[in-house]
Amino acid sequence: MKSVFLAGLALVLSNSVAFADTIKIGVVGPFSGPAALQGKNFQAGINAWLAVNGNTIGDDTIEVIYRDLPAPDPAQSAALTQELIVSEGVQYLAGYYYTPDAMAAAPILEEGNVPMVVFNAATSAIVNASPYVVRTSFTTWQTSTPMAAVAHDRGIKKIITVVSDYGPGIDSETAFVTGFTAAGGEIVESVRMPMNTNDFSPMMQRIKDSGAEAVFAFLPAGPATLGFVQAYVENGLKDAGVTLLAPGDLTQEPDLAALGDNALGLLTTFHYAVSHDSPENAAFVASATKAIGSASELSFPAVGAYDGMYVISKMIEATGGNQDAAAAVEAVKGLSWISPRGPVSINPENRHITQNIYLREVAFEDGQYINKEIQTFENQVDPGWKAP
Amino acid sequence: MQTVLSIAADSLAYGMVLFIISIGLSVTMGLMKVVNLAHGAFAMIGGYIACYATQQLGLPFGVGIVAAVVGTVLIGIPLERFLYRRIYGAPELTQVLMTIGITFIIIGIANFALGPTLKTIPLPSQLQGPVDLGFRSIAAHKLFAVAVGLVVAAALWFIVERTPFGVRLRASVDDAAMAGALGVRTKMVYAVSFALAIGLAALGGVVGAQLLPIEPYYALHYMVTFLVVVSVGGAGSITGALIAALLLGAVQTTGRYIMPEYGEFFFYLAVIEVVAVFPHGLMGRSK
Repeated sequence: MKSVFLAGLALVLSNSVAFADTIKIGVVGPFSGPAALQGKNFQAGINAWLAVNGNTIGDDTIEVIYRDLPAPDPAQSAALTQELIVSEGVQYLAGYYYTPDAMAAAPILEEGNVPMVVFNAATSAIVNASPYVVRTSFTTWQTSTPMAAVAHDRGIKKIITVVSDYGPGIDSETAFVTGFTAAGGEIVESVRMPMNTNDFSPMMQRIKDSGAEAVFAFLPAGPATLGFVQAYVENGLKDAGVTLLAPGDLTQEPDLAALGDNALGLLTTFHYAVSHDSPENAAFVASATKAIGSASELSFPAVGAYDGMYVISKMIEATGGNQDAAAAVEAVKGLSWISPRGPVSINPENRHITQNIYLREVAFEDGQYINKEIQTFENQVDPGWKAP
Repeated sequence: MQTVLSIAADSLAYGMVLFIISIGLSVTMGLMKVVNLAHGAFAMIGGYIACYATQQLGLPFGVGIVAAVVGTVLIGIPLERFLYRRIYGAPELTQVLMTIGITFIIIGIANFALGPTLKTIPLPSQLQGPVDLGFRSIAAHKLFAVAVGLVVAAALWFIVERTPFGVRLRASVDDAAMAGALGVRTKMVYAVSFALAIGLAALGGVVGAQLLPIEPYYALHYMVTFLVVVSVGGAGSITGALIAALLLGAVQTTGRYIMPEYGEFFFYLAVIEVVAVFPHGLMGRSK
């Protein structure tokens, strides 16, 4: 009896009529806890988009419903996702900061007839977890691979890799090692550091002893980056001319002030710098800063969320407000637009964003530290993606 | 050889930072018999005050340290009077529950009021940059931490062992009722020791901030490390805490150099071995 009722309810929901509806978007992210800053950036990106474009699409009104997931917790992520679909009746899911959370929620999408737009989680395999996943952030493979070319172009032959010992760190290491050895370079050593390492001096001694000309490092954005960069300078590696290369997680903008002069000149590759010079970005930064409250807190998840909202708006337009996940996802395959980060498009094959990756150098300009873009790798797909 | 000396220098510096932050907890746990899980939270408050004083108000680093210690003690006194005084002599579970609660409240307030980003305490120019030791260069602030650690150890030993206050403190710890009967104002003694302990926490938070950066979850991140140093050293023993911090610092640093993939494995292996041989810690007194 209950199942008959549910089936009837599902029928009613899926045939909801297309006039002046309220379309709910459920956003799951870390709004409290250690990564609260990144959740705040999700919110800032969403609010910035709403401020610029308004909260109506056609006749429909958008309503955003937030659910807090402070730390990676797949079971809780699945539970929140289910709750959003069943009791809140959301038509779109978005957010997801950590890979395990996105992975746990993905199997629910087809059953719930809901597309998911990933604002951050950066493991290549997520898009394979469900045909209804679209991603507007980046993958660690995507941001790490161009660094191999940078190292090669600068005549560096011997490199040691040092990464945090967890999924994205290992992705980053593999991406870099693959690219760098293919270019003819030599990896003298690959070290994986536990996530909770706080004193990096022994690591620096090891880098010194390895005889490498440069070090490729991956650390997640957050407290550890400060100690790492400081140890790099204080143990004399910077003065000794050992170049530090890293994906941009190491120098996300909110951490730059704390990193200070130690970070000057560091080379990182990433998909977005708050200082990116374009009219689209100027408009984005202005409204996102207003949304987040303080310019120093603005970081890359905001742009993932902002572009994610754009993608969702296109999905709503294409389906006329009806709940039809397959049609919605189909409509944004191949979609291309100018994002605050530069020209981007959704790869129709894996629904991941194709974008420019920039080589940036930490610089001090107009009284603040910025990631200054100095080289562009255009239209980068996700090199880590393998067809399922 | 050069590498060995280099690791020894890093070990000493890391161990001293552990000592400075943990010694206050050793005082609360050993002398006052309170399992204060909020110790790290007080260290964090000290760090935030120093950060505010030096960055926002532009005061010198030294003033920042003093402000951090005094400010944290001022915040701590009402907490002692209204919260901690109720749990002196209470079962350990009660103490743990209340102090972890205080920790979460402080984390929440810090996250809300000061934001989730990490804060730094700018060092004076004398403490910035590397100092050449002959065989390697080491950060000046690490040498500073070593010096502060030695001074703290000596001063505490003097206070506890050689001053009238130390006599009253030890008497109150051994038998509060008898000490009270003999005219020792035990409540006052406890309040002062508590202030001393959180003042040390604040000092440790500031001096150690270069290795353990200040952010809202500081209080939880390093809680286990502080507890481990105290239990390995033996609660209440200054020498014990010093030896434990240096030993664990050395094990941790060497492990990180030789086999970083093993993470905390060697650290906890050392902890298990020490606690198996000395159940009350290296210098702890049996109950």
